[in-house]
Amino acid sequence: MPGLFGKGAGMSLLSLQNLSVRYGASTVLHDVSVTIEPGEIVTVVGPNGSGKTSLLRAIIGAVTPSAGRVTRKPGLRIGYVPQRLHIDPTLPITVERFLRLPGPVDKRACLKALEAAGVPDLAARQMSGLSGGQFQRVLLARALINLPDLILLDEATQGLDQPGSAAFYRRIEEVRRETGCAVLMISHELHVVMSASDRVICLNGHVCCEGTPEKVSSAPEYRALFGSGTGGALALYRHDHDHAHDGACDHDHAHDHTEAAE
Amino acid sequence: MILDDFMMRATLAGLGVACAAAPLGSFVVWRRMAYFGDATAHAAVLGVALSLALQISVFAGAMAVALVMALAVTLLTGRGYAMDTLLGVLAHSALAFGLVAVSFLSGIRIDLMAYLFGDILAVSTGDLAVIWGGAALVVGLIGWRWSGLLTSTLNEDLAHASGIDPKREKLILTLALAITVAVAIKVVGVLLIAAMLIIPAAAARPLSRTPEGMAFAAAALGAGAAVIGLRAAYMFDTPAGPTIVCVAALFFVATSLLGSVSRAG
Repeated sequence: MPGLFGKGAGMSLLSLQNLSVRYGASTVLHDVSVTIEPGEIVTVVGPNGSGKTSLLRAIIGAVTPSAGRVTRKPGLRIGYVPQRLHIDPTLPITVERFLRLPGPVDKRACLKALEAAGVPDLAARQMSGLSGGQFQRVLLARALINLPDLILLDEATQGLDQPGSAAFYRRIEEVRRETGCAVLMISHELHVVMSASDRVICLNGHVCCEGTPEKVSSAPEYRALFGSGTGGALALYRHDHDHAHDGACDHDHAHDHTEAAE
Repeated sequence: MILDDFMMRATLAGLGVACAAAPLGSFVVWRRMAYFGDATAHAAVLGVALSLALQISVFAGAMAVALVMALAVTLLTGRGYAMDTLLGVLAHSALAFGLVAVSFLSGIRIDLMAYLFGDILAVSTGDLAVIWGGAALVVGLIGWRWSGLLTSTLNEDLAHASGIDPKREKLILTLALAITVAVAIKVVGVLLIAAMLIIPAAAARPLSRTPEGMAFAAAALGAGAAVIGLRAAYMFDTPAGPTIVCVAALFFVATSLLGSVSRAG
């Protein structure tokens, strides 16, 4: 039974039950059940087009599921860091003003969130003048500003170099330690995020498998290929899909996910 | 009474339109809806023709057709045609149907030019009330939804995550656009409404650091263009609506130069 990690369902921050999402005739997610517990870091991996972003969009309510349910803990506060945020150059906006959207937030909270995201000195800068790494950290600061119970990150380090994204994910881990929030993130950079994740979910239209990173990185084929120094990244991409899938899957199950590994 | 002076009425009408156009125009610029504004304005000609035929208020007729047009575009977007194609079809058909419809109204002598380019010097006290009422409605509507509008302009998913429905915000902009078109017809005419939306906002961009700052700067520049444009039209005996737009365009050139100088320096 993939996805049912939660013991007390009433305690979960978020639970998706048999969720399906379709865009027109194509089903991008079907029968996905995932539960997020307080304080855990969960990483979703999967090839392009596997429905990772649709999963997050269903959680925030941007797409309506065609079947299944999204159950949030009452009063759940979500901080969301989108995959891409293009700010039109015609729109002037300072970092501080951006952090205040949409709710009224006092200046101290803005500065605190920027500090938590690791960029304390940017408040007066224009969003359009930030570097890629600064921009992503400002997005993180905005997600942190209302003290969320759950942070959703959709490939938040896209466009950052490896040290930059490693630092970003270390920051996420620190934030989790400091605030106790749960984190659900999508990433292609398994080698960076694996060590920080409590749980990894492999998605390809449905939940193919999930487990702790340790379990995956101790797999013999992983050790044979990569030794133990890379944090288990590619092992997950090479695992066997030998379990049976029920329901109609019309996609190719022979994927080896290497395109996403980079 | 002060409103007895036609120049005073014209100036007040121009200021009213500038105030409504500034915040809305900023969103039109940020969301790249310039052509959308144009299409909605062109459709208003059909509204003018219909309201003259039915003998109802031109404001009401123009607003109703502008609203139908804007809603049609919003609903049809993403159904097989590119946005600009769709707008091109709808805008020019509405304008053409409007012009044809006007020609059927042989019984009523109307000056088509007055609706195409505005007739700000003929603004009555009643028109003023409608213009200022409409402007207050637009400013109130946008001010009330400001945060939601801004968040969904930045990113729709970000808006969803904050519990804001971007579709509803878009509808509010659409409504504000229809009202603005209706009140601006008399001042600048349907062909130049989009200019009053876009040019002051674009001219305000190099002067601004925040979205609010840009909306206020756009209002100031639009108001300045209205006042100076009217004086210039009076002095040089030029058509008032186009002269106002010319002044706004000069502002745009000036602030753009200023912006590139300060960037270089």
